[in-house]
Amino acid sequence: MALTDVTHDAQDFVPPAEVAEEELYHPKTWLGKYVFSQDAKIIALQYSITAMGVGLLALVLSVLMRIQLAWPGAVSFITPDAYIQFVTMHGMIMVIYLLTALFLGGFGNYLIPLMVGARDMVFPYVNMISYWIYLLAVLVLLASFFTPGGPTGSGWTLYPPQAILPGTPGSGWGITLMCISLGIFVVGFTMGGLNYVVTVLQARTRGMTLMRMPLTVWAIFTATILALLAFPALLVSAIMMSLDNLLGTSYFLPAIISLGQQLDYSGGSPVLFQHLFWFFGHPEVYIVALPAFGIVSELISVHARKNIFGYRLMVWAIVVIGGLSFVVWAHHMYVSGMNPYFGFFFATTTLIIAVPTAIKVYNWVLTLWRGNIRLTVPMLFAIGFVFTFINGGLTGIFLGNVIVDVPLSDTYFVVAHFHMVMAVSPILAVFGAVYHWYPKITGRMLHDGMGKFHFWVTFAGLYCIYYPMHYLAIMGVPRRYFANEGSNGLPDWIPESAQMVNVGITIAAICVASAQLVFLWNLYHSATRGKPSGGNPWGATTLEWQTPDTPPTHGNFGKELPSVYRWAYDYSVPGAEEDFIPQNVPASKNTGQAT
Amino acid sequence: MSVFRTLSTKPWVADRGYISDSHGFSPPTAKVFLSIFLGVITAVFALLTAAYFIRMAYADWQSIPVPALLWLNTAILILSSVALQWARTSARREQAVGVRRGLLAGGAFAFAFLVGQFLVWRQLGSLGYFVDTNPSNSFFYLITGLHGLHLLGGLVAWFRASLRLWSGADVAKIRMSVDLCAVYWHFLLLVWLVMFGLLLVT
Repeated sequence: MALTDVTHDAQDFVPPAEVAEEELYHPKTWLGKYVFSQDAKIIALQYSITAMGVGLLALVLSVLMRIQLAWPGAVSFITPDAYIQFVTMHGMIMVIYLLTALFLGGFGNYLIPLMVGARDMVFPYVNMISYWIYLLAVLVLLASFFTPGGPTGSGWTLYPPQAILPGTPGSGWGITLMCISLGIFVVGFTMGGLNYVVTVLQARTRGMTLMRMPLTVWAIFTATILALLAFPALLVSAIMMSLDNLLGTSYFLPAIISLGQQLDYSGGSPVLFQHLFWFFGHPEVYIVALPAFGIVSELISVHARKNIFGYRLMVWAIVVIGGLSFVVWAHHMYVSGMNPYFGFFFATTTLIIAVPTAIKVYNWVLTLWRGNIRLTVPMLFAIGFVFTFINGGLTGIFLGNVIVDVPLSDTYFVVAHFHMVMAVSPILAVFGAVYHWYPKITGRMLHDGMGKFHFWVTFAGLYCIYYPMHYLAIMGVPRRYFANEGSNGLPDWIPESAQMVNVGITIAAICVASAQLVFLWNLYHSATRGKPSGGNPWGATTLEWQTPDTPPTHGNFGKELPSVYRWAYDYSVPGAEEDFIPQNVPASKNTGQAT
Repeated sequence: MSVFRTLSTKPWVADRGYISDSHGFSPPTAKVFLSIFLGVITAVFALLTAAYFIRMAYADWQSIPVPALLWLNTAILILSSVALQWARTSARREQAVGVRRGLLAGGAFAFAFLVGQFLVWRQLGSLGYFVDTNPSNSFFYLITGLHGLHLLGGLVAWFRASLRLWSGADVAKIRMSVDLCAVYWHFLLLVWLVMFGLLLVT
């Protein structure tokens, strides 16, 4: 890409870009503005609210599971069937319908156009349709709660043959609706995802070269490409599973006797499903983690008033992690059995991912090093993320090795590991991002005290939940079990001391879940009664903070699109008047020296 | 390699104060959109092919006979692609008649292909090769079905472009739509040839 030297000494203001103005759709009705809106900002809010709504349901399900584990039988409607249905729906909703939708549909929609200096996504109509299809997917999924047999109870991985055999709860309507909902989700996501990628490629404002993009945009961009390539695997497996279920094909179903009856299936391969599922499933981890990486990089740099350490390496690491995430999927299948050379290959690639990931962690820490750290709520969450990600990442090194994974695979070690790395870490990044960008979205600050309370209860509580799980795992406590107490005169599965730990975990889980009510109240309350924030409360450099209006109006940047003169991380430039220089400030306005 | 050059720029030093006039990506936005979408479809069919090979290795696999009609359908799909290419070239030369004929023929052939595929399904069904008879049958129906659905989606775009043309839109205005339709058709033809080849050799 050629960088044009506009004025040779390059110190002057460049006249506004004569870029072709996008033809914006101007809605005239209330419905067109706020419901069937084609404005990426509104679509972002629709995505976020829907995702958080369905996420709350998944949170309640997790609390119900924890109550059952701590006090078996205390709640009468948590039967063994219901328990495994809760496990399934909790996992699927959190991973796909909450995190993926929130990071890409929510933050992607809100931040990409604003951060790259575009008026909107390149195809706003397709973008709008994307949300409505997502909503339809959510509704279909929720509908399965009200069908005979309830939602599927096959675990979020939906492994056949048990997913569609009569012994599994929700093997009729439940799994059918789940597959349909996933299919709809993939279609909707593809429409949105194409928009995010093409907007980054095509609609960047003048001067916004790829390497001047904020890391958040880089991360969401890469994650979207991963999703576009990985979701087809989910689509294909959902279709094939549905055909097995409804039309009696044998893609995945072997010859099998179920409840004493020989079924019509023959010769299918359950492991084929696992390959397809995890070819989607592993990139999915990074579809969720990469945006979190990007957001955390942003938060740490802004709130430590320091340029991000090793920007180029951060970009490269994002791209390399994205590429590697497609060649590690079978590490989820060690227990399914595989050729030892395959196991060796996948263990090796898995451990190699630790290299770019560790680079990112070092760079975050080095960005903090001697920074002017402000322990604002977003910063607390960002640091919390780094902590938690390291913890979760380290246990990943255990599980990436075949011989360690096999004994640990069916224990709480896996639950602890992936919640630390894939659930807690990204959700901390989400909270940090919400506290950080809320002032831009509403024009008001979130309440600081409530925010800090929310952070500390959530952060400490999460460690009380997941740290002890490692201990339970080493004791051999199996995951997915409805009850650990013996029945019919059999001894308990686990000693009383372990059960005490279970009770402790549940109490912590209830505390953390309740603390989220404070967060929700804060969101609601501050929207109208929060302290007015002004346009750029954190003193940030990126374009979304430089909009003429806060919240940004339709078209984002008023009459003229900004021109970008510098990278996104000019913080504390020696000699500069302020400790940040926005990206759209020409070099001549900068009294500081080049670093 | 410009990608590597881009990725190795030092945004904090080298180009401070400079501003780029070019984004490096000059193709029209709609074309970029379509190319990435084609990448997604490629992923779908590539995964199906992988699954096909894995499932084929199991003992119960019995190859499905390839009806002669499929050859005819393939020829029709090629004609459809050629006709749309004709429309595309005519649009470039701003020859409205060529665009109209090309579009009409392309759409008609595509429609005929879909009918032909349906007839193949009926034929196989009457011979007792149902979707659940054997995994190779299941894959055949799945692959042809998904390919047909994609073509049907293309026909929606084709219909919109044709409607605009017949309601009096200038050729220059629908040139992009015709262009995109033609590219999509060629792509689906390529996918079909690969899938058909797969059925023939296995």
